[in-house]
Amino acid sequence: MQKAQLQLSQVGISFPTAKGDFVALQNVNLDIAQGEFVSLIGHSGCGKSTVLNIVAGLLQASTGGVILNNKEVNEPGPERAVVFQNHSLLPWLTVYQNVELAVKQVFRGKKSKSEMRDWILHNLALVQMTHALDKRPSEISGGMKQRVGIARALAMQPQVLLMDEPFGALDALTRAHLQDSVMDIQAKLNNTVIMITHDVDEAVLLSDRIVMMTNGPAATIGEILHIDLPRPRERLALSDDARYNHYRHQVLSFLYEKQRKIEPLHTQTKAAKPAIVTVEAKSA
Amino acid sequence: MQIFLPARWVKTQSHKLNWAKHPQTQLRLQQLLLPLVGLTLFFLLWHAVASQIVTTLGSFPGPVAVAEQFSNLLDEHQAEQQREAAFYQRQQARLEQLRLTDPNSEAQIRPYSGRPTFFSQIATSLLTVLCGFALATLLAIPAGVVIGLSPKLYAVFNPLIQLFKPISPLAWLPLITILVSALYPQTEGGLSRSFLVSAFTVALCSLWPTLINTIVGVSQISPDLENVSKVLRLRWVSHIKTIVLPSAIPMIFTGMRLSLGIAWMVLIAAEMLAQNPGLGKFVWDEFQNGSSQSLSRICAAVLVIGVIGFVLDRLMLLLQRYVNWDKNAVLR
Repeated sequence: MQKAQLQLSQVGISFPTAKGDFVALQNVNLDIAQGEFVSLIGHSGCGKSTVLNIVAGLLQASTGGVILNNKEVNEPGPERAVVFQNHSLLPWLTVYQNVELAVKQVFRGKKSKSEMRDWILHNLALVQMTHALDKRPSEISGGMKQRVGIARALAMQPQVLLMDEPFGALDALTRAHLQDSVMDIQAKLNNTVIMITHDVDEAVLLSDRIVMMTNGPAATIGEILHIDLPRPRERLALSDDARYNHYRHQVLSFLYEKQRKIEPLHTQTKAAKPAIVTVEAKSA
Repeated sequence: MQIFLPARWVKTQSHKLNWAKHPQTQLRLQQLLLPLVGLTLFFLLWHAVASQIVTTLGSFPGPVAVAEQFSNLLDEHQAEQQREAAFYQRQQARLEQLRLTDPNSEAQIRPYSGRPTFFSQIATSLLTVLCGFALATLLAIPAGVVIGLSPKLYAVFNPLIQLFKPISPLAWLPLITILVSALYPQTEGGLSRSFLVSAFTVALCSLWPTLINTIVGVSQISPDLENVSKVLRLRWVSHIKTIVLPSAIPMIFTGMRLSLGIAWMVLIAAEMLAQNPGLGKFVWDEFQNGSSQSLSRICAAVLVIGVIGFVLDRLMLLLQRYVNWDKNAVLR
């Protein structure tokens, strides 16, 4: 394996409560190589988002730390661009302006005006959104918004792309379409990607490695699964592939046998969540 | 019986409209007709009730008397304007003649000092309210942004805001009058003290809704957008400009509309109490005058005050629609 671009060592986080510190996450050790696609998967509340936010610099680790290209991460920055779950586009700016905001911020003084314009259009072309440059987020569909969110993140030319359940709020067809887009883009740009997901198929299809997290409190990495499938990957061909189904089975067995989430029935809303995940995983 | 006529008329009209081919036209006609029904009902009721009330100044004026008085006010205004023009014309002629005989004459044109008419009082009031409101807005929005962004500052300033918000303009007025006369030397030219007193009172009473709404708007920015700002490492100024202000705009405008409404109400009261020129003084003067026309003049003024308040609010609404990025928002 290549030398790690991104290193998480002994990362842990705890929050002060009335009954003393609550340890949410501990002993997370992970080395990620340049160009690697890593998924984080686990039940709700296991601290996947916390890990991502620590890498993004939006949260500070209580113990351990994150090193990106030999520099410690301790604040947010565009070299670790984030694609948020609910697109987080500025509703008062058009598609073009949303990407422009990021480009102006990152390339001020480095690119000329026309170079910036070309770069914005290039990134919007990557996600096939050049037809809606002057539309506002409220005028385009959820899938399109997420595409623009991805274009905005890519336009920052990040060293690491962080995606927090990027397709979680989309319908199954749109999601599949966007997954293919992300695979294409990653093949072209060879970005390092960390993606949080709930979707087992999505994880197996997109990832080089799947990091499976144990349940909290004091969540940590349970198992790491290498997905040794050749790229480019075809979802239709893979659905009948024995290795693919084997990987899928391993993730499922981690989630529903080894880390089965046991919650008291009286908290009905919470108890309902794993059930939904199961249905989703089987039907997809 | 008369009162029920328009209602029946509308009923028959809307029945006819059911046959209209375009439901949209029908809707638009309804939107136009129904408010008219309300106004007509009001005027009829006023007409009916007014004649029953006898006051020390004769019977209470009905709509017709008020309309007559309004046209009287208009005539008076035109007459006064003519008198003013003639006054300046006379002076100019005399001055030119004087200069012919004595080129070094130091004679100057003196300003006309006639009684302000109803319409010049309206102009004064409008100018005062706009200045006071502008001052309030200029203070409240920046302060609201700064306070709203920091929970600590909010904790510091919240008690002060809650303390000053409910104070009546009538309580502020003596203090402001004294302060203005102490701190602002009245010189020839410049702003008059009475204008400053009115404008400051308006500003002080009307800045609270804008301030509070700005604080709320600013503190309710979606955490996702804040994260975007952090990831992009936006500097403070561009964070305010691209994230904070646009997302608080709807709340800021709600506050500004409330503020403008309060400003207009406060102004009339302040002018009345402090005898500062404006519509409030007009009402008070007519009240003191106590002639047989006074009541209808006051009624005319009251209606005009209402209409101006309504127009100001509509103008703010138009501005809000223009500025608001969310064109789908329902604003009323």
